[in-house]
Amino acid sequence: MAVTDAPRIVTARFEYDDSHTLSRYLATGGYEGLRAALAKTPEEVTDEVKAANLLGRGGAGFPAGVKWGFCPPGVFPRYLVINGDESEPGTYKDRLLMERDPHQLIEGVLIASYAIGVAQAFIYVRGEMALAQERLVAALNEAYEAGWVGRDIDGSGFSVDVLLHWGAGAYIVGEETALIESLEGRRGFPRLKPPFFPAAKGLYLQPTVVNNVETISNLPWILRNGGAAFDALGTERASGTRMFAVSGHVKRPGVYEVELGVTTFRDIIYAPVYAGGIRDDNALKAFIPGGASAPWFFEEHLDLPLDQTAVGPAGSMLGSGAIVVMDETTDAVRAAFSLVRFFSHESCGKCTPCREGTGWLEKIVRRVLAGSGRPTDIDLILDVVDNISPGPYPRAGTGSLGAEPVPFPPRQTTICPLGPSVGAPLVSAIHRFRDEFEAYIERAGTPVTIAGPAPVGGAAS
Amino acid sequence: MARLTPDNVARAQEIIGRYPRPRSALIPLLHLAQEQDGWVSPEAMGHIGELLGLTAAEVLGTCSFYEMFKREPVGRYVVNVCTSISCHLLGGDELLHHVEERLGVRSGGTTPDGRFTVNHVECIAACTEAPCLQVNYRYFHKVTPDAVDALLDDLAAGRRDDEVPPHGTLTRVRQQVPAGRWAGRGAEGLPPDRTSLGGDG
Ligand SMILES: Cc1cc2nc3c(=O)[nH]c(=O)nc-3n(C[C@H](O)[C@H](O)[C@H](O)COP(=O)(O)O)c2cc1C
Ligand code: SF4
Repeated sequence: MAVTDAPRIVTARFEYDDSHTLSRYLATGGYEGLRAALAKTPEEVTDEVKAANLLGRGGAGFPAGVKWGFCPPGVFPRYLVINGDESEPGTYKDRLLMERDPHQLIEGVLIASYAIGVAQAFIYVRGEMALAQERLVAALNEAYEAGWVGRDIDGSGFSVDVLLHWGAGAYIVGEETALIESLEGRRGFPRLKPPFFPAAKGLYLQPTVVNNVETISNLPWILRNGGAAFDALGTERASGTRMFAVSGHVKRPGVYEVELGVTTFRDIIYAPVYAGGIRDDNALKAFIPGGASAPWFFEEHLDLPLDQTAVGPAGSMLGSGAIVVMDETTDAVRAAFSLVRFFSHESCGKCTPCREGTGWLEKIVRRVLAGSGRPTDIDLILDVVDNISPGPYPRAGTGSLGAEPVPFPPRQTTICPLGPSVGAPLVSAIHRFRDEFEAYIERAGTPVTIAGPAPVGGAAS
Repeated sequence: MARLTPDNVARAQEIIGRYPRPRSALIPLLHLAQEQDGWVSPEAMGHIGELLGLTAAEVLGTCSFYEMFKREPVGRYVVNVCTSISCHLLGGDELLHHVEERLGVRSGGTTPDGRFTVNHVECIAACTEAPCLQVNYRYFHKVTPDAVDALLDDLAAGRRDDEVPPHGTLTRVRQQVPAGRWAGRGAEGLPPDRTSLGGDG
């Protein structure tokens, strides 16, 4: 099993109890990356990040340096918004980075701000994360006091303010244009793209870069060690390391930082130093490779590497680094229901196929589970999904059964990808475990009134 | 249950001053109101609208979108039990049921003594620590029925007040910027806001 000796980059300080303090941070290389950046031109910093091939860790996996370059030249003011809204079911990494190493994030924000030329940076933390907010505020206060943030940073002449902002409970605000709306004091409704690509028309319709917490937390290391050193880790198309939360039916659920590209799903789920295998040595039923929005994988996908260019064509995504493992005891219909209910609850309601469709899907699966399913319900579910995401929906192939995978991503009739995501659990579960849906529905088909004596102890009617 | 206190108005002014445009302070100010009263009253929303130059509808429109803002009084302790996928797989639904039975209220309800409100919530980012819950947005990981019983007893007896402040209080540390350290370049060159109905912004 491949457990590589790659260094831990973003979680290196987690072993210290006081990893969130400025004194520990400075004692362990803190703010050296910023110094290295300030000794370069902004263009050189961007080039270093491009050389690192640092792909976004928020879900879409876009190269960070390239994204920064999309801000139209000469248009100011520009803004940087850090996406700390982490709410995709199964995802647990950004909260740890904010609670355990807030200065690393702040240093990353300063490096990116310098490279992009922003007027002000905002760290948007999910509302429910009180400790992360507290740690970040405390760290910002320390950093302002010590001259690392604000006016004339470290005597370099470079100035930028970093403000902690926090949300109030809405998954959709993780979508970058909804995040911007929310930061403008509005409802978290995603904007249409085009024209509202954040790099062109973002916060206050000015050029804005939105990056994930983990993406930005890599920058201090990259500036200290060079983009080439980062790119040397992993493989050509999957550079560096990445945090994965492995949850569900495993022996050692946990958040593990592993080398991309060379580590496989089998390694991270079964290696004793990672999740250690399935609980009670049960058989694997299915696993979600990248958060609630990712189509499910199965036994035959365990040897795929942690690399989006391998996972995408196989029918799913690495997404937000959330691996959810389900063992053979799992009820696929109930598991799918939990995920469908999530999307239905979190639909912002701006567009009809998602607002109505996710609600119908929740109701249909609920009635199947409640024993009131109809024989037509399975096709009805697939038909509703097709209205939100037309055409073949991404899914894993069936290996020996011969069905080919449908590559990621899904198509959409909606403003943002949340709507289509509701298809991921449903299409996956129906494709693979249709018999479980049928069993619920057949049970439902049993007549309620039967001839013969009333059952003993039955409720009087 | 009211408008913001003079102290909180001063805090609000400071918060507003840190954003390039005032309206961006709306969510932080709604949190401030909730910290003051435990919920967001219509009077507080009206007051915030005055401070930001927004109409009542604009404030309510934003406030009502976000789940954390309670527009009716809730318990001193809001217990949020996660039932999303990772918790679902490891007993989150059963944990919710246990809490409901123990407190005698269904999800969404508040105990008659006003102490506890129970909710089932979607993923709270503690997936490897399932099943988990939050009380007033403080985490409790790998929660067993016995552990939750002890926790609820402690809370009811006021033994966890250090760890779990009353509902509405999130970070207990406020962002402070020493004199002369604020760069203040955020609004430089930014055109005026023409999108709000309430004022010139
Ligand atoms: C429905 C939805 C929810 C999202 N939630 C998050 C989130 O919680 N955190 C995050 O960083 N990105 C989230 N994203 C992705 C963001 O839109 C955006 O791509 C990302 O923040 C960019 O940062 P990166 O390039 O550093 O990955 C979400 C996207 C969608 C469509
Ligand atoms: S797809 Fe859903 S969440 Fe996205 S904008 Fe439309 S209604 Fe809102």
